[in-house]
Amino acid sequence: MDMMRKIAVPIAAVLIFLCLWEALVWVNQWPNYKMASPSDLPPAFWKFRHLFLEMGWQTLWRTVLGLCIAVVVGTGIGVLMGFSRIARDALYPLLVGFNAIPKATLVPVIALLFVGQHDFNTVLMAFLISFFPIAVSVGIGLSTLEPEYRDILRSLGASRMTIFWKIALPKTLPEFFGALKVSVTLAFIGTNLVEIVSPHGRGLGALFKSGETNGDYPLMFAVLIALAALGILLYYAVLVLERIFAGWAERPSG
Amino acid sequence: MDNLIDIKGVTHAYRTKSGPLPVLDDLNISVPEGEFAAVVGPSGCGKSTLTRLIAGLMKPDRGEVWLHGERVTGPRRTVGMAFQNPVLLEWRTILQNVILPLEIVAPGMPRRDREARALHLLEMVGLKGFEHKRPSELSGGMRQRASLCRAIVHKPDVLIMDEPFGALDAFTREDLWQTMRDLRAAEPFTCVLITHDLRESVFLGDQVFVLSGRPARTQAVLDVTLPADRTLDILFEPEAQDMLHYLRDQIRIAQGRDGETH
Repeated sequence: MDMMRKIAVPIAAVLIFLCLWEALVWVNQWPNYKMASPSDLPPAFWKFRHLFLEMGWQTLWRTVLGLCIAVVVGTGIGVLMGFSRIARDALYPLLVGFNAIPKATLVPVIALLFVGQHDFNTVLMAFLISFFPIAVSVGIGLSTLEPEYRDILRSLGASRMTIFWKIALPKTLPEFFGALKVSVTLAFIGTNLVEIVSPHGRGLGALFKSGETNGDYPLMFAVLIALAALGILLYYAVLVLERIFAGWAERPSG
Repeated sequence: MDNLIDIKGVTHAYRTKSGPLPVLDDLNISVPEGEFAAVVGPSGCGKSTLTRLIAGLMKPDRGEVWLHGERVTGPRRTVGMAFQNPVLLEWRTILQNVILPLEIVAPGMPRRDREARALHLLEMVGLKGFEHKRPSELSGGMRQRASLCRAIVHKPDVLIMDEPFGALDAFTREDLWQTMRDLRAAEPFTCVLITHDLRESVFLGDQVFVLSGRPARTQAVLDVTLPADRTLDILFEPEAQDMLHYLRDQIRIAQGRDGETH
């Protein structure tokens, strides 16, 4: 029953949303070039189904790769900041400053730096846009570890590495996954940013761009829906990982 | 040397922005092997500093700490610690939490033996059947019991406790005193207990050390002359009441309120 509700409620919400959208377009008698309606989308998906699969895969693997690099580098920076005050003081202004730069402005910079390296550029952007939350949350998680947690192992003569692996790292996992949920969406945005701003015929962003060029508005809306679906897929993948590795942090409800 | 713990002339100060803050001043405490030393004193008099010094987590500015005839210069594996906060690891079950020190101290010990040892202790403190629960599923008193098991699972020579029962309600606290008494009867160890609770110090201690206000020095030492197999009722006997009155007076002096009406 509980399982039914968990699946049925979100599906019902999506259906209601699509109905409202359809009604909005129908009531206003908007033509396709103003706003496509949900009923226009299935034909568009079917017509370009091969492109959707191919481009969707392009977007997916580049996002995931960028995110993986962000996890490794972000965690590394976070560990550095968590354990060293000097590193924290030195890196914070740099990180905050870098994070404040709108990433769209970096697309041409990267495109010029690595001319023609489309896959590389896209993965790089997905990484650049998404490592910040991970670095900050791991850093804060490690630096706010209560001294007693360290003391129970330190009083036995455990090394710093042992304390890190047995206590500090697992204790920061809930914060890490909180950040990863933000980062996964950001990485996805980063990938699409490059695909749309600097199109090179790959990824869902490029498909969107081609819909725009050809005046195929249902295709553009179909791409947006595909992006939303892929975003949901990635988000829930992170959620599953969180359940597996940090499920202990979830308190029994009630 | 008969004493397991020897604190000789320990003086320590914290460096703060407004200059050094002396917390311990020429402190002397000796605890014979197997004895239970309770340390009481006004708030903020450096009692927690004392636990960290004995555990080798800090070095005193002056003076020496000796354990088992060896000078303490760093952490040693023969020490167990328990704090007011049970600091159990939420991602481990109760059993895995209790085993933790064995993973550090006896990495070669077979898993079966580790678990048997931990289960034995959990049964002694009344947590049988809870070994596979997570800490968040247990009450505060039960978590503190598990924390005690973890502190002694590796059979330390010295158990250092920093107000381990301070956050519990009065009745749970009394339950844990009795658990502590039974543990000591089954597993001999030398114990240093930091506490604010005078009844606790008399019920559990063989000796009670009263520290003066900051900077702390040994103001008074009380030999608790009650039998080893104490019950809670003994605290209402005249002998125990006299000791409690004596300790209360000493605390009053330590707080610098000697002249106040009793």
